[in-house]
Amino acid sequence: MNAIDSPQSQRLILEDVGFTINGQVLLSAIDLELAGHGCTVILGPNGAGKSLLLRICHGLLAPTSGSVRWNGASPSKALLRRQAMVFQRPVLLRRSALSNIAYPLKLAGVGREERRFRATEALKRFGLAEVASRPARVLSGGEQQRLALARAWVVRPDILFLDEPTASLDPAASYQVELAIRAFLDAGVKVVLVTHDLAQARRLGDEMIFMFRGQIRERASAADFFAIPKTSEARAFLGGDLIW
Amino acid sequence: MGIIDIVTLAISLILKGDSSVLTIVGLSLTVSISAVLLATVIGLPIGALVALTRFPGRAAVVLLLNAAMGLPPVVVGLALYLLLSRAGPLGEFGLLFTPTAMVFAQAVLVLPIIAALGRQTVADLWVEYGDLLHSFGNGPLASAPTLLWDARYSLATAVLAGFGRAIAEVGAVMIVGGNIAGVTRTMTTTIALETSKGNLALAMALGTILMGLSILVNGGVQLISSIAGRKQA
Repeated sequence: MNAIDSPQSQRLILEDVGFTINGQVLLSAIDLELAGHGCTVILGPNGAGKSLLLRICHGLLAPTSGSVRWNGASPSKALLRRQAMVFQRPVLLRRSALSNIAYPLKLAGVGREERRFRATEALKRFGLAEVASRPARVLSGGEQQRLALARAWVVRPDILFLDEPTASLDPAASYQVELAIRAFLDAGVKVVLVTHDLAQARRLGDEMIFMFRGQIRERASAADFFAIPKTSEARAFLGGDLIW
Repeated sequence: MGIIDIVTLAISLILKGDSSVLTIVGLSLTVSISAVLLATVIGLPIGALVALTRFPGRAAVVLLLNAAMGLPPVVVGLALYLLLSRAGPLGEFGLLFTPTAMVFAQAVLVLPIIAALGRQTVADLWVEYGDLLHSFGNGPLASAPTLLWDARYSLATAVLAGFGRAIAEVGAVMIVGGNIAGVTRTMTTTIALETSKGNLALAMALGTILMGLSILVNGGVQLISSIAGRKQA
């Protein structure tokens, strides 16, 4: 990644964001500002609204109340292309691994030669050079997730959203995926990671956002959060108690 | 007359290169392939459009498309006959009793199959790809080419199903083609005619050729799905 493409810091501001569907309040009173670099981890039990919040941040969903602003502007196609998202179950096109990576470049209007060059480079970086011509959907779970990360890498995003990227992987494959996530962090990409894997949150996170019942209950640096959680729910969650 | 004799007659008719039989088989294939191409070019975009857009009355359109897969060929033939006959709105083009009219009739029959199956295929794929393509900044309509390309094996099956319907139907081509020897006589209309004349041997021989083509088409479908299985998993 050369200097011209080094990630810019994007300022994302959510103001009083809520999401209600069929009378069910899934998110409420979310005030959140994300900027700078490093890894922000969104933690919380199932159903806390973590993935939903991530989708709203990325612009896949519009909130039913409140506002989402990127550097003061509403979400737009141009902004979306400065971001990337990787899903819990990687969505891979019915094409070769290489074509999967070249695809977003094609959408962005990158020429054929450069597409091929950048896609091949990304495959190498994530240890997938040998499977370049294989159909993406016959790769192993870990390879598929790394391929999804390589596809996010190739667009050189400013910010990367990760929705439980290792939830369905074994420890060895998870480790590989975490290495891949580190590559983004080392390159200065802002990473927002949703997980309920506490060990993973400790390994990767610079700061923690703890969610419970559709609200942000706590936000702190990783060190502070794990040492002295402020809310009783966070204490219980860290202690391994069942909360919902 | 045993099955062996019929097959032997069918094969000998083909091998002898009986010119009237070759004309009939050739016309059947030309008309049906043209009709399927026409229906594909129009039907796939319609299917993709209905799958990927939201508009008032969309549910009714889907219902009609699905229902139209079972359009009775004779009714389509009759409607087209009225349109194309000299006194009809399109009468001035003089298309009635020409192969072109037969292509239109079969295209009308095949179009709903390709559009409806295409719609279902594209809609299913959008469910899977939607989040990702949206994340790349592409809305549903802008994604249509990607979806059609990635669904190409399933769509090819829909197109072949359409061909199966076209090559086998008799009612529509009989009415708009007029079953004129050497001009608009297809395998199916010949079979109907020869049977009514009592020339069962020729009818059955042509029937055998038709069945053979049908098996070839289905073999094609299976081949495509197995290739798709290997390539896409």
